[in-house]
Amino acid sequence: MLEKLQEIIAEQLGIEAAEVKAESNFKDDLNADSLDLFEMIMAMEEEFGVEIPSDDLDQIATVQDVMDYLKNKGVEE
Amino acid sequence: MLDKKVALVTGASRGIGASVAKKLANNGNFVIVNYNGSKERAERVVDEIKAAGGGAAAVQCDVSDFEACGAFITELIKTYGRLDILVNNAGITKDGLLMKMSESDFDAVINTNLKGAFNTIRHASRQFLKQRSGRIINISSVSGLLGNAGQANYAASKAGVIGLTRSVARELASRQITVNAVAPGFVGTEMIEAMTDSAKESMTGMIPFGRIGEPEEIAETVAFLASDGARYITGQVIAVDGGMSIGC
Ligand SMILES: NC(=O)c1ccc[n+]([C@@H]2O[C@H](COP(=O)([O-])OP(=O)(O)OC[C@H]3O[C@@H](n4cnc5c(N)ncnc54)[C@H](OP(=O)(O)O)[C@@H]3O)[C@@H](O)[C@H]2O)c1
Repeated sequence: MLEKLQEIIAEQLGIEAAEVKAESNFKDDLNADSLDLFEMIMAMEEEFGVEIPSDDLDQIATVQDVMDYLKNKGVEE
Repeated sequence: MLDKKVALVTGASRGIGASVAKKLANNGNFVIVNYNGSKERAERVVDEIKAAGGGAAAVQCDVSDFEACGAFITELIKTYGRLDILVNNAGITKDGLLMKMSESDFDAVINTNLKGAFNTIRHASRQFLKQRSGRIINISSVSGLLGNAGQANYAASKAGVIGLTRSVARELASRQITVNAVAPGFVGTEMIEAMTDSAKESMTGMIPFGRIGEPEEIAETVAFLASDGARYITGQVIAVDGGMSIGC
């Protein structure tokens, strides 16, 4: 899952996939603004076929948070 | 997925909204003609658009209802695959002097005119972000700029629409999504027909042009803001009012 996420995030932010780590904080480490975060979430919804309501964005600060969230929603590794 | 751009015009069953819908359809957009109660009139607008060679569909939704707006816009995007232009035109008046204004008259006007615009923008902006494009045009009013005795609720809602417009314009600007407001003066629709003759007369006296506006004159400006030519304009309020608000 991390690999796929790295790909999505790197493409959205125009950075190298290797720069994206599980512990990376979107805002502090990856310099994503809040619209970037929205757009990445939309791309993830499409990729993993889950719905991530805007209200749940508060729970997401790092890449690890996304992985935990998706696992909770039943997305396989 | 349509190859035409898709425009949603709220409150398009009559008046300014119907004019805007026809103009946008005439410019090659597929138009969703939203209405609340006037189903037949909305269908008539759709028929006229189709007769002129355009594409349109009528859809009911009460814009003051947040959940209903969500369902409406989600369904629309599912059906047409895209949304390019949102015109928040649905509006009501419940005029009366402040000293006599009921709480429910205040709430009803705010809920339709201001919260209604929030509701649709809130649900449509996800799609605009996804497309990295979009035009939002909110219909304000000269009353929101100048204030108007007997319209404390309405003027507050229309001034609120301007604050909403400017804030959302700033939030979405990095994605080239434009958000503007059009502030009509007095326009010949049923909203104005509801006024007394003496009120209408004193109103005309306030207009430098000496006449009230036509719905088509508002539609022209909305259509411009929705067009490619307006791509670098955002967060603005354009008064179309025969000079009523000059200098404001
Ligand atoms: N006329 C003027 O002089 C003037 C001046 C300045 C600004 N404006 C603004 O321009 C806009 C249009 O005005 P107008 O004169 O064309 O008004 P109008 O002739 O009274 O038409 C109002 C439209 O809004 C719709 N509507 C009302 N409540 C709604 C709701 N809760 N949900 C969805 N649609 C709703 C109505 O649909 P149904 O019939 O289906 O209920 C109708 O299509 C309004 O925002 C108004 O404030 C008008």
